[in-house]
Amino acid sequence: MSIELILFIVFGSVCAVTAVLVIIRINPVISALFLVVNFASLAGLYLILNAQFIAIAQIIVYAGAIMVFFLFVIMLLNPESEKKFFSHKPFIKIFTVIVVALVFIQIIYMIFLAQPSEEITKEAATSLNAGTIEQIGKLLFTNYVLPFEAAGYLLLAATIGALVIAKKKFE
Amino acid sequence: MTIPIELYLILSAFMFSVGIVGVLTRRNAIVVFMCIELMLNSANLTLITFSSYLGDTVGQLFVFFVMAVAAAEAAVGLAIIIAIFRNKLTINIDEINILKW
Repeated sequence: MSIELILFIVFGSVCAVTAVLVIIRINPVISALFLVVNFASLAGLYLILNAQFIAIAQIIVYAGAIMVFFLFVIMLLNPESEKKFFSHKPFIKIFTVIVVALVFIQIIYMIFLAQPSEEITKEAATSLNAGTIEQIGKLLFTNYVLPFEAAGYLLLAATIGALVIAKKKFE
Repeated sequence: MTIPIELYLILSAFMFSVGIVGVLTRRNAIVVFMCIELMLNSANLTLITFSSYLGDTVGQLFVFFVMAVAAAEAAVGLAIIIAIFRNKLTINIDEINILKW
């Protein structure tokens, strides 16, 4: 077993277990903290995949900014007792799980039907080169400069929109 | 890179399925939002996997843009939740049905 496979098993199992814990914990604060662990282990997976810049951005943007925002809103709202937030109708739960299991099986079937690992001949050097911040920055400011600017405007619009929505009291 | 690509894709599919279950069964609007973030991240994992295995940087660029959109979506969505909580004093999505008729 290579060190890569061991790391994949560790990070992947943490990722899967915390994803399940996010949806079965009743307290939303616990869910948010497990989601932080999930994002951190995803960053570890990105590092195994030689995507250094995205791994750091994942930690900063997701585990840092977005989850602090979620926890802040949970703290601000402090909603009434959490128990009744769980759906009391077991029929809906069972139906949902069946439907999602069908979707999951279908995706797995497609993955094995396509057999992607036979088509892809990968070299470590190109993969290592693809994830550097130099490559991403080069593409970001040449071919993809328009989407980059659009993302900037989107974030500005979202900031102003969030301020307006959260401030105004519509009656 | 000795790990077969299927393992990453299966992990991503599993996380996506867990996210769907969370969105459909949970009734707390904030937790529903967290499950949407989970689904976005599973899509990101697929993009990064193919980008790394094919040695193509464009997949990682798309993950960058997905992160920007997710940040914007979280900000606006949580602002909407705060506005709804101000008006109806609940974030249970079964009770927020003013658009239903």
